[in-house]
Amino acid sequence: MSDTVKNSALFAIVAALIIGTGVIQSWNSALFILNMGLISAIMALGVNLQWGFAGLFNVGVMGFVALGGLAVVLTSMPPVGEAWAAGGTRVIFALLVGVGTIAVAILLNGRLKGRMRGLAMLAVLIAGFFLYRGLFDPAVKAIEAINPAATGNLGGLGLPVLFAWIIGGLLAAGAAWLIGKTALGLRSDYLAIATLGIAEIILAVLKNEDWLARGVKNVVGLPRPVPREIDLQNSETFVSNAQSLGLDPVVASTLYVKLGYSVLFTIVLVIILVMAQLALKSPWGRMMRAIRDNEVAAEAMGKNVTRRHLQIFVLGSAVCGIAGAMLTTLDGQLTPGTYNPLRFTFLVWVMVIVGGSGNNLGSVLGGFLIWFLWVQVEPLGLGLMQLITYGMAEDSALKAHLIDSAAHMRLLTMGVVLLLVLRFSPRGLIPEK
Amino acid sequence: MSFLIGQNMTGGYGKGPDILHDCTISVDKGEIAVIVGPNGAGKSTAMKAVFGMLNVHTGSVLFDGEDITKLSPQQRVVKGMGFVPQTHNIFTSMTVEENLEMGAFIRTDDISETMEQVYDLFPILKEKRYQHAGELSGGQRQQVAVGRALMTKPKLLMLDEPTAGVSPIVMDELFDRIIEVSRTGLPILMVEQNAKQALEIADKGYVLVQGKNAYSGTGKELLADPEVRKSFLGG
Amino acid sequence: MDFLNGLVALSNFVLIPAIAYGSQLALGALGVTLIYGILRFSNFAHGDTMAFGAMLAVLVTWLLQGMGISFGPLPTALLALPFAIVGTMALVLITDRMVYKFYRDQKAKPVILVIVSMGVMFIMNGLVRFVIGPNDQKFADGERFIISVREFKQMTGLREGLAIKTTQGLTVVVAVICVAALFWFLNRTRTGKSMRAYSDNEDLALLSGINPERVVMYTWMIVAALATIAGVLYGLDKTFKPFVYFQLLLPIFASAIVGGLGSPLGAIAGGFVIAFSEVTITYAWKKVLTYWMPEGLEPSGLVQLLSTDYKFAVSFVILIVVLLFKPTGIFKGKSV
Repeated sequence: MSDTVKNSALFAIVAALIIGTGVIQSWNSALFILNMGLISAIMALGVNLQWGFAGLFNVGVMGFVALGGLAVVLTSMPPVGEAWAAGGTRVIFALLVGVGTIAVAILLNGRLKGRMRGLAMLAVLIAGFFLYRGLFDPAVKAIEAINPAATGNLGGLGLPVLFAWIIGGLLAAGAAWLIGKTALGLRSDYLAIATLGIAEIILAVLKNEDWLARGVKNVVGLPRPVPREIDLQNSETFVSNAQSLGLDPVVASTLYVKLGYSVLFTIVLVIILVMAQLALKSPWGRMMRAIRDNEVAAEAMGKNVTRRHLQIFVLGSAVCGIAGAMLTTLDGQLTPGTYNPLRFTFLVWVMVIVGGSGNNLGSVLGGFLIWFLWVQVEPLGLGLMQLITYGMAEDSALKAHLIDSAAHMRLLTMGVVLLLVLRFSPRGLIPEK
Repeated sequence: MSFLIGQNMTGGYGKGPDILHDCTISVDKGEIAVIVGPNGAGKSTAMKAVFGMLNVHTGSVLFDGEDITKLSPQQRVVKGMGFVPQTHNIFTSMTVEENLEMGAFIRTDDISETMEQVYDLFPILKEKRYQHAGELSGGQRQQVAVGRALMTKPKLLMLDEPTAGVSPIVMDELFDRIIEVSRTGLPILMVEQNAKQALEIADKGYVLVQGKNAYSGTGKELLADPEVRKSFLGG
Repeated sequence: MDFLNGLVALSNFVLIPAIAYGSQLALGALGVTLIYGILRFSNFAHGDTMAFGAMLAVLVTWLLQGMGISFGPLPTALLALPFAIVGTMALVLITDRMVYKFYRDQKAKPVILVIVSMGVMFIMNGLVRFVIGPNDQKFADGERFIISVREFKQMTGLREGLAIKTTQGLTVVVAVICVAALFWFLNRTRTGKSMRAYSDNEDLALLSGINPERVVMYTWMIVAALATIAGVLYGLDKTFKPFVYFQLLLPIFASAIVGGLGSPLGAIAGGFVIAFSEVTITYAWKKVLTYWMPEGLEPSGLVQLLSTDYKFAVSFVILIVVLLFKPTGIFKGKSV
């Protein structure tokens, strides 16, 4: 069986699974799986760029995804004029002071030597920190005092929400550049811990800096790139069109909206996939893989390994940021409390490994397949538990516990899937060529 | 028959190409045998073949009358072969005494007597017994390495370039120690870069070239052989 | 008097909590560092191993409580600890046999083992949630305080109170015992020494006849015991919640790396460095400074350098600074 046939068959199976969901459960859930599968595939492509192409061990995916989410708020929400007047410029000035302090400290680190260096850096950092806090705290207080129930933040730029996808990528890229500058060149497991930490810090910022995106108070009602269901239901042409197709207008409107997202996401996925494929086959991609396979030899040949790693780290993170922005757009709200590294970092890793690291098509396949499993394991687990507990007494505590716990089968299943693939098919479903 | 014979050994590392070609090495009881030769001649490889770290597909290794060709290095240690690798031959983060203790790991009897013997051979080690081996000088480290191998009470000691990277003075001292070890009746097989000095103390010498036996004889014969002198000893 | 009051406040809010937290981190970091030293990979499943051990302790505690067994003023969980340790040992040994051994035999690259440990992490995490659920569980009982604020005030007549929770005292005592036992084991017993030898120089250890599978087995057993103890102490002192243990992974790894990966002494030092930094930087110093600063110069704000929500940032920044300026950590660790 040729590769093309095998790969097409694998994708056909995934398509059949999703269509099967539509037939057996509902088209609404099928489209939900499709949309989230598209986003997952993009995330997996981002991680595959870093791990599959360059062997960079990034377990901070959640952070970049969350930054993409933040970008949606900062781009598409209308600006809060009063808040800007109260402290907008002051906050920005304070942040600039903070950045300036660190820049001066880095400059001193390069210029000075010996004990002077340590003392001077410490003095600058401490003085800068207090100056920054002195400027920052009152400004934040002023902003957060403005209508805290509805806003309490600076709001965004009021641009169309699709711009947020680009800005989400840029924001993630910027953060990745900063992290890469400091942490790349460290050993692989140190980089892993560092990225794990960065993701937690990004999330902490999102949760606590209310002036930015309202923190855990969430931002709801984000603008959407597709019409709202209720508007469709009130539109006479839509209702008559739906009825002529024999559909209930309410169902039709949700399907229409979800399909709209599917089209948009597919366009993005195709663009990124094509670019990733071109990159993989370009001299740049070959060099990346050469570096991955033998860093020492590549370095000896005069390749600037750290610089190349920085490039691909930034690119991969940007892709994750784009996916994060798409995800928040689909949700229609930014809820920092829901970001969880198991779901947004490690699950993406399962997708890449299962799909086949180093192969873009594999990542896409892994994204869809693992997302499908993630969603469907819950009802399947419940069914399984009901089957197991079938013979037990109705009021058995064990039965109740087992049925309640079925929801936690997900993590267990993902772990088992990951370990099985690593053991019996370590190169994934669609291996690297 | 010799105490140890590696007979007509041909083989290489793993599935790689053959490095040794029909090479024969033997050591008799109470003697020092030395393998010398130019760089890349397969000196260390020949010793590793004897010790079972090589895939030897033809030929055999006989030790104390027993065929050990199929045994792993660990099993050969149990049989009574003591091996001192060229590098990474001590536990740097452990004390000298702990190094010796680890050398005797396979023994279940009382090791204190052997340890005293090692300390008698290498008095400096007794002095530094509670120091970390990694803090010692190059020559002292080599003594720890040899001492560690002696702790199993081996019937044969194998040294892979024991004087690599030490100064000439330390080298002379190490050779003296090795002679002392040999005087206890322990046969020694040694690979050496410093061919001249090594052959001077050797009862038997092997000159290897490209994995083959080129010359062999007593140390004195080889030193006197004009061919050997011209090619390997610099005249 | 003001000076004393300030000192008491400092002890109450900074020193004592940091010592207890530091002990918990140190125990956790010891497990990570031992795995790194012997099996040579960063074990991402360590946080969840702690959660699993703690969960077993919680379950056995409930069982004992149900049977009416208690440990007087001490938490019943202490009685449950040995059972939990044995259970966790069984789990990690089975995991090693079924999962890690395969990659060890293949001499897989360390990064592959890290990814494998991610899979194990998922499974353990799922297992814990499956058995006990994702929520907070209370299992601390016995006397709550060794010294309560009221008692302390009566005793000393100071305005500031000092409370030492039983769990804090217990944490420190148990940690000291564990560390002493571990170092005795590593430095005085043949098996312990063979573990150090294996960690130091694998090839030479093999040449010396040290059986790697035995070393690995003992390592897992010790790590299971340390992880369970750390998990139970943390759970008693703070709270038992599966996800919290996963989040402890970051400060624990930071401790192990800051101290020098592979160095047990470093893990302990690292644990305290991280704990003290986290607590001092996220503590609002107003109270202490009000006592200590001359009249009129007292601070008006809270003097809290960072809000407690940023405690991860503290361990992270220390980690990065150490990695950039002294990559092998305080005590020279291994760099594989």
